[in-house]
Amino acid sequence: MNTLLEKVRALLGADAVLDPGAAGIAPRIAPPTPEAIALLLRTATEEGWKVRVEGSGSWQPADTPADLALTTRRLDQVEAVEPQDLVGTAQGGVGWDRLRQQLAERSVWVAVDPPGLAGRTLGSIVACGTAGPLRQGLGPVRDHLLGVSAITGDGRVVSSGGRVMKNVAGYDLTRLQAGGFGAFGVIVRVHLRLRALPRADQTLVLEGPREELSRAADDVRESGLQPAALELLSPALARRAGWVLAVRCAGSAAQVEAEEATLRTTAGGRFAPLASEETHAFWQRAAEALTVRPVTLRLGGLPEAADDLLDMLQHQLGDEWISASPALGAIRWSGEATAERLRRLRKTLAAREVPLTLERAPWELRRTVGHFGAYREGVGPLIAGLRHTFDPAGTLVVPVAAGE
Amino acid sequence: MTHALEHAGQDPLAVARMDSLVVALESIVGARHVRHTIPERVTYATDGLPTHRRVPGLVVLPGSRDEVIAVIRVLAQRGVPFVPRGAGTGLSGGALAAPDAVLLVLTRLNRILQVDPANRRAVVEPGVVNVRLSAAAAPYGLHYAPDPSSQTACTIGGNVAENAGGPHCLKYGVTSNHVQALEVVLADGRVVELGSPGGEPWGPDLVGLFVGSEGNFGVATRITVHLTPTPRAVRTLLADFTALRAAGAAVSAIIASGVVPAALEMMDRSCINAVEDSVYAAGYPRDAAAVLLVELDGPAETAVEADAHAVAALLTGLGARAVRTAADPRERERLWQGRKKAFGAMGRLSRDLVVQDAVVPRSTLPDVLEAISAIAARHRLVVSNVFHAGDGNLHPNISFDATDLDLKARVEIASGEIMDACIAAGGTITGEHGVGLDKVRYMPLVFDADTLAAMRAVRRVFDPEERVNPGKVVPLHACREWRQVVRAG
Repeated sequence: MNTLLEKVRALLGADAVLDPGAAGIAPRIAPPTPEAIALLLRTATEEGWKVRVEGSGSWQPADTPADLALTTRRLDQVEAVEPQDLVGTAQGGVGWDRLRQQLAERSVWVAVDPPGLAGRTLGSIVACGTAGPLRQGLGPVRDHLLGVSAITGDGRVVSSGGRVMKNVAGYDLTRLQAGGFGAFGVIVRVHLRLRALPRADQTLVLEGPREELSRAADDVRESGLQPAALELLSPALARRAGWVLAVRCAGSAAQVEAEEATLRTTAGGRFAPLASEETHAFWQRAAEALTVRPVTLRLGGLPEAADDLLDMLQHQLGDEWISASPALGAIRWSGEATAERLRRLRKTLAAREVPLTLERAPWELRRTVGHFGAYREGVGPLIAGLRHTFDPAGTLVVPVAAGE
Repeated sequence: MTHALEHAGQDPLAVARMDSLVVALESIVGARHVRHTIPERVTYATDGLPTHRRVPGLVVLPGSRDEVIAVIRVLAQRGVPFVPRGAGTGLSGGALAAPDAVLLVLTRLNRILQVDPANRRAVVEPGVVNVRLSAAAAPYGLHYAPDPSSQTACTIGGNVAENAGGPHCLKYGVTSNHVQALEVVLADGRVVELGSPGGEPWGPDLVGLFVGSEGNFGVATRITVHLTPTPRAVRTLLADFTALRAAGAAVSAIIASGVVPAALEMMDRSCINAVEDSVYAAGYPRDAAAVLLVELDGPAETAVEADAHAVAALLTGLGARAVRTAADPRERERLWQGRKKAFGAMGRLSRDLVVQDAVVPRSTLPDVLEAISAIAARHRLVVSNVFHAGDGNLHPNISFDATDLDLKARVEIASGEIMDACIAAGGTITGEHGVGLDKVRYMPLVFDADTLAAMRAVRRVFDPEERVNPGKVVPLHACREWRQVVRAG
């Protein structure tokens, strides 16, 4: 331990050691620059150190066994905001709240509403690919990324994409980083696709039994509306007596007005608008609540099967905290679960061609279940090969699949 | 059987190997689907870009997924490189095979396997022509959003390989935003399933990685795509400007206003007149320095109408001489036909046409367009611009005669200078046409040696022998490992 710390201090300076650690607790290192991260990871690979990567530590439990914890929290700069081009560049360790605030000052935003606390880092959101309800109308996290720079496990800088809207120069390594859970490197810089802040932003809600709300969601979908979000929230998550179907309309005033008018004729006209001061709190509560329980996972099936998948989740894991985009077949669940139950559920879902991604959980669960699993034939070796390419010595401790 | 072997310098052993390969492939796909005579092979010597030409050693056209697998396994056993190809409409020399390689043409795999309106998706074979898919989805109020200008000919498999775009990708996203799952045959003949039917990545996003890999990672034999609701309300505006610079500035202003047009296209005077002189004449103003074609759509008439008014006011305020709204679907179609057939119309200007492709930050469009004009003037070339302005995706088109070697050399130099200008503006070398053969030389201008080495290593995970579409995308000489080897030597 002392040798490790001495080497780290010699490499990066004493300031880089945030916490020297103790018996059983890895020292926490905060390199000040991407170059320092590269240097640290090169050294870790040479020395055989195992490294856990953290952002602000608010999403994944900081319990991954490792020789050192590398936090990106000092890479916290919003490097560029270009409203005229709707492009922004930020470092991986910047907090989501800070990024949003700086963008809002220039009348732009990243149209993503990830689960987690306000200070969760951009790198964490990209690495875990955790989109929220806005995935319905505005797409998953990967659709908002123009480019990513990452430091591989052995300290090489790999930069993909760029600062332009379209880019097919070379292979799309950005897609590999988005949702790769950090297995392919430490995300240090992200070029973001921005949007102008919507002129109008209105959320309407409908409360009731889940089956009824599922039908209402079908009605909204069939009405031709293209809401920014169409989200079904369990009572615990919505903090209501019943399930809630929330429709978020965001865009020009005329567009939102037209969507509200359509909603007034949908589901028996029972959608109720949230007051503007209540809207932000409603969505923020739902996002933050998904970090309260120890396990969070997501499923992605066909829209037609969303109801069945919700039934299956309730049956196998309970219906504690659920946030679902039924029109996409995307479901996020949070609660308590054992490894055995998760493995069984993953197996059942795999038979229906539905992937289960374990987003956050205590280390022991992540280790035994893996973020991913039940791959189709032939995919496992590809993923293993890609991991080896980006982290040849296995320096980065990321349980991509069960038992890693 | 020496008909396939008329390449200079081939030895008797190579001749025997080739004859044996022809027999093996004919036993899989039938003799009429293996093309080995020179006239047959020459047909496949170019794609849509006239500056590159390669005659493939053999051409094989499998008729089913199983035949594709069997063909690839034979090629793997014999260590023969091969190049997948769709309709051959690509614009980067990406679907050309050298004499030592087999061209695997996938146009016979042209079945739409499923249209699933309830889940807004379709499953297709790679040889399905882009526009056919939208036609099949139309009865359900759906369409396939990526709409490259070649959509009446290009195939979905080719679109996947190139991550194709199109005018309406401004709002709806490019091919990679619409592909949910893929069945892929790897170079060694193994079949893998990437992604999931609902579109959620199954593990890391290998579908996203595969799309745009230009055939280097294998052959997609089954493609699941997302279908988009056809908008109920549409407005198409044509704004004409007397200055190219003002038109470029208007593009940034529209985007920054918060309105997201479905499409925002620009054509300059040279392009306008080429279209107006052709059978695709759309009534564009011949004396305009540039026109912008702006389309707004959505589910509600009132909202789209309001956005159209706002954009029209913005365009007028920014110096548009006139803003015309298509009065009916017929006029809209006419305006779009002029845009989509502009490349064909430019055939009137000269014997050959290089359709260039680059992307710049939108706010730099006015400067970059001026730089391109200066490059054209310096090299005494005719350059017409027709492009996806809303994305900053330029298509400077250089008209020339490839039989004039001096002219051809100037086109090559000017193309390089245009790429340099776009990179200097913060842009990149291709937005939708791909790297192929044509832009391999520019890759080190936008990626460092470590990133290029990582790309090569990723490719080798899928294709360790680098046999699929060899020589494309990544310039091996610029990769870190290669440099180290050279130094060591």
